[in-house]
Amino acid sequence: MTTLDVDLAAARTALSAACGEVADAGPADAVDGVTPALVARPGSTPEVAEVLRAAAAHRLAVVPRGRGTKLTWGRPPERADLVVDLSRMDAVLDHAAGDLIVEAQAGTTLAEVQRTVAGAGQRLALDETVPGGSVGGTLATNASGPGRVAFGTARDLLIGVTVVRADGVVAKAGGRVVKNVAGYDLGKLVIGSFGTLAVVTEAVFRLHPLPAARSVVSAPFERPEEAQRLVQAVLQAQVVPSAVEVSWRPGGTGTVSVLLEGIEAGVEGRTATTRQLLGEASSAAAGLPEDWAALPWAGRPGRPTALKATFALSGLARVLETARAVAADTGLDLDLRGSAGAGVLHGALAADADPAAVARVVERLRAECTDVGGALVVLDAAPEVAAAVDTWGPVPALDLMRRVKERFDPERRLAPGRFVGGI
Amino acid sequence: MSGMHGTETTAGPIEGPVPPEATSATGEAGSNPQAMAAVVAAVEAALPPDAVVSDHIRLRTYECDGLAHYRVTPALVVLPETTEQLAAVVRACSDHGVPFVARGSGTGLSGGALPRADGVLVVTSRMRTIHEIRPEDQRAVVDPGVINLDVTHAAGPKGYYYAPDPSSQQICSIGGNLAENSGGAHCLKYGFTTNHVLGAEFVTPQGDVVQLGGMAPDSPGYDLLGAVVGSEGTLGIATRTIVKLTRLPQEVRTVLAGFASTDDAGAATSAIIGAGIVPAAIEMMDALAIEAAEAATHCDYPAGAGAVLVIELDGAAVEVEHEFAQVERICQEHHAFATRVATDPAERALIWKGRKSAFAAVGRISPDYIVQDGVIPRTALPGVLRSIAELSESSGVRVANVFHAGDGNLHPLVLFDDAVEGAAEAAEAVSGAILDLCISHGGSITGEHGVGIDKAAYMPKMFSDEDLDTMQLVRCAFDPDGVANPGKVFPTPRLCGEVPGKKKGAPHPLVAAGKATAF
Repeated sequence: MTTLDVDLAAARTALSAACGEVADAGPADAVDGVTPALVARPGSTPEVAEVLRAAAAHRLAVVPRGRGTKLTWGRPPERADLVVDLSRMDAVLDHAAGDLIVEAQAGTTLAEVQRTVAGAGQRLALDETVPGGSVGGTLATNASGPGRVAFGTARDLLIGVTVVRADGVVAKAGGRVVKNVAGYDLGKLVIGSFGTLAVVTEAVFRLHPLPAARSVVSAPFERPEEAQRLVQAVLQAQVVPSAVEVSWRPGGTGTVSVLLEGIEAGVEGRTATTRQLLGEASSAAAGLPEDWAALPWAGRPGRPTALKATFALSGLARVLETARAVAADTGLDLDLRGSAGAGVLHGALAADADPAAVARVVERLRAECTDVGGALVVLDAAPEVAAAVDTWGPVPALDLMRRVKERFDPERRLAPGRFVGGI
Repeated sequence: MSGMHGTETTAGPIEGPVPPEATSATGEAGSNPQAMAAVVAAVEAALPPDAVVSDHIRLRTYECDGLAHYRVTPALVVLPETTEQLAAVVRACSDHGVPFVARGSGTGLSGGALPRADGVLVVTSRMRTIHEIRPEDQRAVVDPGVINLDVTHAAGPKGYYYAPDPSSQQICSIGGNLAENSGGAHCLKYGFTTNHVLGAEFVTPQGDVVQLGGMAPDSPGYDLLGAVVGSEGTLGIATRTIVKLTRLPQEVRTVLAGFASTDDAGAATSAIIGAGIVPAAIEMMDALAIEAAEAATHCDYPAGAGAVLVIELDGAAVEVEHEFAQVERICQEHHAFATRVATDPAERALIWKGRKSAFAAVGRISPDYIVQDGVIPRTALPGVLRSIAELSESSGVRVANVFHAGDGNLHPLVLFDDAVEGAAEAAEAVSGAILDLCISHGGSITGEHGVGIDKAAYMPKMFSDEDLDTMQLVRCAFDPDGVANPGKVFPTPRLCGEVPGKKKGAPHPLVAAGKATAF
C-alpha cells in the first residue's frame, strides 16, 4: 500500500546511505496485513536518525519494529513503506547494579535484560507477557503482567528514554537517576503510543531486588461475587501481594492466585495468612507456574481475538458477571485472565468465532467496563473481526492527543492509523 | 519536599528587578491593559465578587511562592470554587492572550507559582473538597486545593494513606504536588506523585475541560496525564484529581544511626541497598545540619556525630524484623557508634522531627541560606560529598547537607549572611557549582523541587537543544499561544507557530523583531 508520491528507488538509495542494512520487504515483514516495500535494520541511535531523515525526505510511512511479537496489536497501519527493524540494537548498554538501574537498546529482548541484571540479584519488574518481546515493543504497547500490583507498569519503571522523531531529530528525556523532575516526562507519552510519536531507541529503567522466596496461593471460585470477595480480602489485608490474578472461563470454575515474594520466613507467614483469607479450598505452591505471565490467547490456533478490559477494583464482579452473561448469550468461549488486583483483565476469543458475536461481546463488556471507570480495547483480532468492532472504543481528550501527534509527526508518517482515533 | 515555610527557605527576600524570564517575550501580549480589562470583566461575570482580588495590597500577599527572593505582584488574583469557574477564568485569559499562573498553597521552592505582572494568578485554595475515599478501589477523589496530609487523615480510618509525603505535606496542596511531581522522604520505596495520580479533570490552556486517566489504569490513548504531572503548570490546570491510596503497612520501624563521617554513612546506605533491602526511607544529615536541628528542636541526635542516617523500614512484620536486623548489622559494620530505634509513633515522630525541621532549623545557625535540590546516582554519594566539602572550604561558604540518601537526592543548604557584601553572590556560586557536580555525575538539576523560574537557565546544561525542542512540541500541542505559566521550566521563550506543513500566516511580531524563535 505504497502511496503514489513515493519514489522507491530514490528512497532505497538514500536509506542505503543512511544504514548498511536495507532490504526489500518480504511477506514476513507485513504489518497486520500491510506489506511494506523496504526494511531497514539500523545498528545505533545515529543510524536510526539517518534512516528517519531519509524516510522524511522521501515521505515514507514508517513502522518501527522491535522483535515483531505484537505488530498486529492495534489497528493495521493505513500505509507502510518502511519497517525500521531495531533487532540489531540488542545491547544492554549499562547495568549499574549499585544504583539499581539498567540501560538497554530498544531491540534488546526483555529476557536478555533479565538475564543480565539477575547476575546481581536484580530484576526489571516487567513481566514478559509475550515471549521474545523487546524493550521497545513492550514500551510501545504498554504491555504488563501480574507484577503490576506491586511494581506498576512501564510508566513506573522507565526513568530515561532516547527517541528519534519522525524528522530524524534525536531527543532524550529523563535521565539515569530515579528521582528527577527536570523537564517534561516524554517517556510517559511514548509508552503505549504504538510507534506513532517517535521511535524509541534506548531506555533506562529502575530495577528491583530479586526475591529470595516466592509462593503462589490459589483458591477456586464459581461466581463473580466470590472472586471479588477473595480479591478484596487479599487487597484489604496487609500481606503485601506482588500479584493478585484472576483466571476464569465463564460458566466454569475460576481461580484467584496471589503471588507473595520476599524472604523465606516472611513468605511462609504471609502464605499462611493468605490461605486463611482465601479459605479452606485454597492451596499454596512454591515458585511460579510456567505460564504465570502468559496472556489468555497465547498458544491458541489462528488469530484469536485479544481483549484488554480495565475497571475500578470494586467493579470486578460486575465485569465478570457481564462476561458470563454475554458469553452465554453468544455461545462463545471467553477466556479471562489478568491482574484483578490492579483492575485489568485480558480476554481471549477463538479465532473462528463469529465476528458479529464477538462484536456483541465487545460492546457489552465495554459498556460495563466504562460504567465502572475503565475501558475495553480490542488489542488484536482477525481482519473480519477487526472490521466488525471498534478497536479502541471511545477515548476522552482525543482532540488533545491529535494535537500532540500533529506536533510530533505533522505528516502522519509514523505508524499512521494504528492508534486511537485514527492517529 | 523541602521547607515548610517560604520565608525560611530562601536566600533572604532580595527585593529587586524581576529576572528577565518573567517579563520577556510572551509577556508583551498580555501587558496590554485593554486585554486585562476584558479578562477582568469576563472573570467578574463568572465568579462571585469575593473570588476576585484586584486590590493592590491584597495582591501583594500573592507575590511569591516558597522561593521568596523572586517577587512579582500579579495583575489579578482569582479564587475559583469550581472547575467551571476556573475554566471560565482560563478561557478569558486564552481569549485575550493574557498569561495565567496556577497556585495551590504557594509552598513550591523553585518559583513555579511566581505570578506575572501582566497576568492572572489562579489560586485553588477554595477548592478543598475531598469528594470520595474509596478503600475498595484504593482511590480517593479530591479537589486540587486539598492539603496533602488531609488525604492521609481522611483515608487513615479505612487503613489507607496517600504515599507521597513532601515535608511541606501539612500545608501543600494536591494540585501543587501534581504540577511539581512532588516527592518526599518515602519515594525511595513508594515513588513520586506521578506514580500515585491516576486521573484528573483537566482545564486546557484554552479553558476546555477534559478528563485524563480515570479510576482504572491504562486509559486508551496517549498518557497525557503522565505528561501533565510535573509540567509545572505549563500545560494547563488539573482540578478534580483521582489519587491512589496505599494500604498502611503492618509494621513500621525507624532507626537513627550516628556515624563519625558522611563517608561511613554513605557506605552504609550503599550496603543496605546492596543487600536487596528497599527501605521506605533513608535520610542523611551531616554535622552542620545536625547542629542546626539540635539547636531548633532538641531532637537528641547522637552527640559528636559527623553524620546520622534515619532509616525507616515498613511492610509485613516478619520481613521488617528480618530487615531491621540486617540494617543494624550493616550500620555496625560501617562503624555506627550509636543507634536508636523507634517502634511506636511517638518515638518515630521524635526521630523524624530533627530531619523534617532541618531546613527551617538552619535559620538558627545562619541568617540566610539557599536550599539546593540536585540528584546524583547513589553510588556517587561519597565522592560528591567530598567535592561539596572542598567547594565549601575553598569558597569559605558553609554548606549543611540534608538529603534523601537512598535515591541520591541532595539538599545542600548553602549558608550566608546577606548583610555581608558579596555573600549572597558567593553562596549562589557555590549553589550553582553543586548543580554542575550533579550534572557531571549523570544526575539531575532537580529531584523534587522543580525547575520553575529558578533553574530554567540550567536546563541547557542537562538537555540538548534537540531535547528541549522536543519537550517544546508538547508545550505547543497543549498551549500554542503560550499563556499557561510562561517563562517557567524552559530557558528561552519560544513561539509555537503553526504546525509544520500547515498554512502559515504572517510571522509573529516577536519573530520579525528577532526577539524570539518560532518553533
